[in-house]
Amino acid sequence: MKAPAFDYIRARSLDEVFQLLKRHGDDARVLAGGQSLLATLNMRLSEPALLVDITGIEELMGISVRGSMLRIGALVTHSEIEGSELIALHAPLLTMAAPHIAHRAIRNRGTWGGSIAYGDPSAEWPACLIALEGMVVVRGVAGERRIAATDFFVDLYTTALAEGEVVVGCDLPLSQSDDVFVFDELARRHGDYAVAGVALAARRAAGGLQRVRLAFLGIGTTPIRVPRAEALLEGQAMSPALVDRAVAMIDNELEPLADLTHTSNTKRHLACVLARRALGTACPESLAVKRAA
Amino acid sequence: MNKPLHPIHLTVNGRETRCNVAPRQHLVDFLREDLGLTGSHLGCEHGVCGACTVRLDGQVVRGCLVLAVQADGCQVETVEGVSDSGRLRDLQDAFMQRNALQCGFCTSGMLLAAGELLDTHPDASREEVRVWMSGNYCRCTGYHAIVDAVCDVLASRQAARVLAVAKG
Repeated sequence: MKAPAFDYIRARSLDEVFQLLKRHGDDARVLAGGQSLLATLNMRLSEPALLVDITGIEELMGISVRGSMLRIGALVTHSEIEGSELIALHAPLLTMAAPHIAHRAIRNRGTWGGSIAYGDPSAEWPACLIALEGMVVVRGVAGERRIAATDFFVDLYTTALAEGEVVVGCDLPLSQSDDVFVFDELARRHGDYAVAGVALAARRAAGGLQRVRLAFLGIGTTPIRVPRAEALLEGQAMSPALVDRAVAMIDNELEPLADLTHTSNTKRHLACVLARRALGTACPESLAVKRAA
Repeated sequence: MNKPLHPIHLTVNGRETRCNVAPRQHLVDFLREDLGLTGSHLGCEHGVCGACTVRLDGQVVRGCLVLAVQADGCQVETVEGVSDSGRLRDLQDAFMQRNALQCGFCTSGMLLAAGELLDTHPDASREEVRVWMSGNYCRCTGYHAIVDAVCDVLASRQAARVLAVAKG
């Protein structure tokens, strides 16, 4: 289908964006890469009167190291992240996850900030962000706010972004040499929405893992962590028995939402399979020792 | 319902073009209907099928998920431009030799998508080709012939590079 009629303004500054959002309220939508918004308009699931295109605003662009954090500007595209040496060095979890996002033609256009602001629970970036415990930096007429990723995703497509505010970027902690990351997801066709996915971040320490963060996508109304399983794994000597207990706890902690083709139990099972694989990749000690034949 | 038209100034297949467009018009409708470039096709119109793939400032995009008004100031290249330049001649020949098309509806999108793979991942494996091309639907061929064609060109370009290095 074709999108309904709307007006379009290419904003030159954030101040102009704030003014337009104030004047037009709910009738205006912010347009970045448009890879979700324009599909939604084409299907007439949304009919805003005005699109405010922010893609020309330079201060929202670019990837940079700022002190002990890595800043990813809202307008950085998925392809830029996929090919960025700074990202590969300081946030390799994102390098692993990027190829799973849709397809190249969509990654060339879709943006980091758009994905964070949209808050799709099946999307890769929100899950990575909560696994890395990054900060979302938002700005509005009242100024800038920094919101912890775990507080940002509130409910289905609902974030802590207030009316009139725009995501300007995210700050991620720089990865350290003993950090370990795993990203994996299951989809029917590569690039489709994940049936279930997992992002793991942890620090390797004497036969086990510390600061274990396991974030799941495609499971709940937001990307979700499993705090009890994470606490169980914390600093413990890794073994097949410990992984069994952690996976049992994840099985207990997750309450997946069914989708059109997968029941809650199927999703829970798949999330547990992914968690077991991720722990095996992160920590080979978790794999059962093979007996000599 | 009528919103004011917006003037845009862009380069399409090397030719400067000035037009007035409605904000709601997406890039592929603009190319097909206003410029008569009907090589880019419109399939699902929500970013799933890849039939509308065009190049925008040197990168493939979904033509149905970009507004014509957003292409103001940009370079657009369609399958017509790529065919005229001969840049993908070897890939087009490989599609013919491998029977990588039947009805041809997906072909322009396939060529442009594969073209970016050839440019950015010249050492791609067959598995990487399959993953890369997963964003473009073909309802005729079953994909094997398309993947064969792309792999043929990867191999022939690799051989040409080796030869060029050997010749110094």
